[in-house]
Amino acid sequence: MSEKVLMKGNEAIAEAAILAGCRHYFGYPITPQTEIAAYMAKKMPKIGGCFLQAESEIAAINMVYGVAGAGKRVMTSSSSPGISLKSEGLSYLAGSDLPALVVNVQRGGPGLGGIQPSQSDYFQATKGGGHGDYKMIVLAPSSVQEMASLTVKGFDLADKYRMTAMILADGTTGQMMEPVNLSEVEVQHYDKPWAVTGTKMQREHNIVNSLFLEPEELEKNNFARFERYKTIEENEVMVEEYLMDDAELCVVAFGIAARVSKNAINEARKKGIKVGLIRPITLWPFPKKALLAAAEHVKQFISVELNMGQMVEDIELATRCKRPVTLCNRVGGMIPSPAQVLAAIEEADKGGQA
Amino acid sequence: MSNHPKRITIFCGHYGSGKTNIAVNFALHLRQAHQKVSILDLDIVNPYFRTKDSQKELDAAGVELICSDYAGSNLDIPALPAAMQRPIADHNTFCVLDIGGDDQGAVALGRFADQIKAEGNYDMLFVANFFRPLTKTPQEAFAVLREIEAACHLPFTGIVNNSNIGDETAVEDILASGEKARRLSELSGLPLVMTSVREDLANAKALADENVFPLHLQEKLI
Repeated sequence: MSEKVLMKGNEAIAEAAILAGCRHYFGYPITPQTEIAAYMAKKMPKIGGCFLQAESEIAAINMVYGVAGAGKRVMTSSSSPGISLKSEGLSYLAGSDLPALVVNVQRGGPGLGGIQPSQSDYFQATKGGGHGDYKMIVLAPSSVQEMASLTVKGFDLADKYRMTAMILADGTTGQMMEPVNLSEVEVQHYDKPWAVTGTKMQREHNIVNSLFLEPEELEKNNFARFERYKTIEENEVMVEEYLMDDAELCVVAFGIAARVSKNAINEARKKGIKVGLIRPITLWPFPKKALLAAAEHVKQFISVELNMGQMVEDIELATRCKRPVTLCNRVGGMIPSPAQVLAAIEEADKGGQA
Repeated sequence: MSNHPKRITIFCGHYGSGKTNIAVNFALHLRQAHQKVSILDLDIVNPYFRTKDSQKELDAAGVELICSDYAGSNLDIPALPAAMQRPIADHNTFCVLDIGGDDQGAVALGRFADQIKAEGNYDMLFVANFFRPLTKTPQEAFAVLREIEAACHLPFTGIVNNSNIGDETAVEDILASGEKARRLSELSGLPLVMTSVREDLANAKALADENVFPLHLQEKLI
């Protein structure tokens, strides 16, 4: 019998978190990610873990702060409006250099928006969301298998760099079911000598805090943090390139939009159009090098997104506006069809900027 | 599957076990022999991938679909339309009930439990997929089965083995799951009514003894 199980994307995140050693989950229900909490509620008590439904998203993220400070792997999950509520906590986690995994299974916005899939929290995830100078490692899965593997990766990177990693998924990836193999999961372990675990009167006490009384001290911390971010930008970019070797057109898409785009690219290739895909798997750090290299040989970029074109700006910056970047999108819970993406590719192929 | 279906057939199970696909196929199957067939979507749990996604197929076949006015919309509200009462009360209509997953989903069925029990012409089938992570064993599936019965106040009458791992399902996977399905049957004292199988695998010789019900799956857009 196959080793695979059939999982929803949300379940895959929950199970992978448990495999990665996460024993503390705090959350508050919101569609379309509630299965994560439901799965944790069923499983955590059986393995000696802690599932806690907090009274609000704000409470949940502050519980995350507490467990992260104690050096344990911890996760919370929500969907778009809930992540807005957590944003203050995300800034505090960053200011205190605490590792945590935060999952956003995006739905349509702004405001209460809707429950159908979206990618309109791209800016919020990659540019901050909370206040202050900070970054999060942002991972964008496009299959149920990746929901699992990037969850584990997210915990590892968070621990390695003492910062928050975010899984930026969408409602469809959260809800759809696919075969998953969880036996491939490999977990890294990192010592956390900074954690507040009690001194036993044998060492100096550790401090986890985002308040600095001296401005010079706060500045020093900000500079040091951004040195770390630079290392991450150099070493941790993840990107998939598909049929890019001879490509004259480049579709850029992540998550669910990349799946739709692949179908469209395969159709376009049948028609003889030389088009490829660059799929950022890390949205931060953004795959700038791959895009800049592609700008040398493609005549146009087509950004396929479930938002009003938020990633377009990063593509333009990465490629230094060497080639035009057009947008192919649906919003409000709608998903572009392969036919729509194909039409945008054909338009670009004719030389028009779709 | 029996040639004398009960007037009401209810599909319940763990969420993601395949209830909706089976319910749609079963309703279309019933329609071949019966004039009045309605499919009722009582799922108050799942926001995506609903019976409504098969509306065109059901309309074309003359199967009436009754579902929440908000299915597929942006409103996340566990509401059922009053129109559901009509086919359940009309003894000349065959009804297929697609229930939401787990005990939480089965709560919605409780609203009709007394009526269905009083008429006494129903099958309630537990849909099992032993490739789902929380129902990998017959014991785990049996626990879910009992939770559902407690939530909807109706006893099950049979089991459907719908074990699959999506597109990657092979005939051997289905055969291997048969043993677990029979064990679940022993544990619960319920008959294994059928094994539902993706249509392209349904004629495999190895499955000849499994009482196969072929499934035409809902179209995937992605």
